[in-house]
Amino acid sequence: MAFDLLIFYVFAAVAVAGALLVVGQRNPIYSVVAIVGSFCGLSGLYVLLEAPFVAVVQIIIYTGAILVLFLFTVMLLNATREDGAEWDRSHPYYRPGPTRIGGLLAVVLLGQLVWAMTRIAGAGVGEQQPAASSVRLLGRVLFTDYMFAFEVTSILIIAAMVGAVVLAGRKGH
Amino acid sequence: MVPITHYLVLSGILFAIGTAGVFLRRNVITLLLSVEVMLNAVNLTFVAFGRQFGTVDGQIITFFVMTVAAAEAAVGLAIIIALFRHRESLSPEAFTNLKW
Repeated sequence: MAFDLLIFYVFAAVAVAGALLVVGQRNPIYSVVAIVGSFCGLSGLYVLLEAPFVAVVQIIIYTGAILVLFLFTVMLLNATREDGAEWDRSHPYYRPGPTRIGGLLAVVLLGQLVWAMTRIAGAGVGEQQPAASSVRLLGRVLFTDYMFAFEVTSILIIAAMVGAVVLAGRKGH
Repeated sequence: MVPITHYLVLSGILFAIGTAGVFLRRNVITLLLSVEVMLNAVNLTFVAFGRQFGTVDGQIITFFVMTVAAAEAAVGLAIIIALFRHRESLSPEAFTNLKW
């Protein structure tokens, strides 16, 4: 009982700390590395939720593919610092006051979300239903009930691939 | 057992951090990373509710969200590279004109 809760708090702390580091400092490379830590924490939470396949896919696809793509882009553009140019500072939206309003909006959003979510009656996860976590069941549902969405996904991926090649592969202006 | 409220509040915290990142950072790459944080917060909600109701639908929707995130990252980073070639900058301020 309490052991579950302890593991939850450890992984939740990892996820939140990683996300805070992503937002809280200026070097994009550190942001990418911090988000890897955050997603590994989330992966642990998926294991705790008895969804091991999602946890493994999270590690392989997110930290293995998507974030490596981000890392390549950061290094390719040599963007190790945020721009400090004066047009950055002089824009009215980026004076200190409006920036704090942005942070304030995020805090208000957090308050609303937490208020709304704590109104749900808090039964323990998985006390009512047995876990449906086998990869066999997952594949069967994915390839029967969600067949159409699955096929549409392949079209989306082709469109994204062609779009990325066209946008980034252009020579000159 | 961990109450589902814990997962939902954690998801809300992560989503709010992602929102704050979109508002506060001045680097388009970090903006995209903040969007990824928000997508993952929603993924956590899907998986938690799927476990709560004992179905696999939450996990399957999570796969679709991951696919969309991958497509978004690929196209977004390609756009960033194309923009960087024009302006030598990664600040969103540099890209406020639709044409130059």
